[in-house]
Amino acid sequence: MSYKIYDINEDLKEFMPKEIIDLEERATWGNPKRGVMDLPYTKELIEEHSLCAGCPESMALRYILASLPNPEDTIIVNSTGCTSLVFPHIALHTVHSLFGNQNAVASGIKRVLEWRFPDKVKDVVVLAGDGATVDIGLDCTLQSFFRQEKITTICFDNEVYANTGGQESGLTVKGHVFKMAPKGKQWDKVPFWQIAIDSGCHYVARLTVSSPKKVEQVIKKAIYVAREVGPTYVHLYTPCILEIGLNSDDGLDEMRARDKERFSFFEYMTPQAEEVINRVKEEGLL
Amino acid sequence: MAHIGPSGFSPYPVAVYEGVLNPPPGKALMFNEIVDEEVAMREAAKAMLTRPNPTIFPGPQVLYAWNEEAKEKAKLVRKMAEVLGAKIIPMYDYRPKYPKINPAIEINPNHPNLTIWHNKIKACIFVGVHCHYANVALKIIRAETDCFTIAMCGMAGHEDAMITLRDQHTEEMEKFIKIAEEVKRGLGRS
Repeated sequence: MSYKIYDINEDLKEFMPKEIIDLEERATWGNPKRGVMDLPYTKELIEEHSLCAGCPESMALRYILASLPNPEDTIIVNSTGCTSLVFPHIALHTVHSLFGNQNAVASGIKRVLEWRFPDKVKDVVVLAGDGATVDIGLDCTLQSFFRQEKITTICFDNEVYANTGGQESGLTVKGHVFKMAPKGKQWDKVPFWQIAIDSGCHYVARLTVSSPKKVEQVIKKAIYVAREVGPTYVHLYTPCILEIGLNSDDGLDEMRARDKERFSFFEYMTPQAEEVINRVKEEGLL
Repeated sequence: MAHIGPSGFSPYPVAVYEGVLNPPPGKALMFNEIVDEEVAMREAAKAMLTRPNPTIFPGPQVLYAWNEEAKEKAKLVRKMAEVLGAKIIPMYDYRPKYPKINPAIEINPNHPNLTIWHNKIKACIFVGVHCHYANVALKIIRAETDCFTIAMCGMAGHEDAMITLRDQHTEEMEKFIKIAEEVKRGLGRS
């Protein structure tokens, strides 16, 4: 992609609003060291979002977008759910797939990009909720891992189908009651991070989004490993504050509480992945 | 002319349903008449020089320096504004802006009427706006305001503008500036 499309013509610069000039002058495009510390100063990928006030998923999206090492050549594939409400607001190539098909669509995009642009690094990242990743899209998700597709899959786990009114999902915790699951879930939460490992992912992480720096590290590692080795999987806890009855300012506390139990930080990497991560660290990109 | 589908789908009057089509190459469209490019350029210049608060709305194709022609066109837009005594308000982004735009300094194709109402613009030129958004914005302006619209299009033109100049590149823009200078002198303004 050419960065020239962001260069404002000198002759017309004085007529551009300050915020647009800031977008050009403070943009982090082309800088692989970009990260969450740039968030207060840059907004070229996302400014406003359309999620609920205080939604942890919106925090996750900001941290992820700030952490992409190569946003100008990144394609995001998303699926139906709260996340899909944000994508019209972000300045990245995004593809909205049919519900559950996101990993199949991403596989195709990655293969075509490798064929079409053999000399360029193009990252394909899947962002989808727990329903799309683990329930409705389980087949497509796992098959992409089995086929060793070089894509990064990020699951926003809010442990419920929140967007449609509160039905239980495979990732709902046993016993949890929701509006459309009044008897409480009768089965255990699917440990999908473990299934991802068993299915051939080379880098897997499980965490909440309570720590922006940690999210940045994990996302960068997952993307660098996916580029060179094979599929990677990041499982993020992004609770739906509405569905679990919390106030707008309670999301962070909820995540911090889960940091100490079922979403304690967990990271797995294969030896090939470790090699890539160590090399990237030496290059100062992590 | 499009015959498929009811015109009622559109909340706004649509020129094409009234039988107004884009001009053929080498010609221009003035209201519903096909005329010579020079005739249309004279009328466009006259409208900009005589109607209140003339404004040029440059779109992303001239606002951003994405190729050499764009850089050249930006210079010409600037010169055109100088000759016509027009204000420049950029249309830098097509995404709807929430909660609202600042109509004093920007225009958005999804609600261009706000900028036109706010600045009481009675004549405007669209230049460097991608066709699909020029089509949207010109229909809204045509329906909601009494602004005289001039489309300076690099491609086939826009039938919803009052004056459509098609295939406008640097050479044609230079020609328009020359004509505007002549019209200005003719109006007794230096």
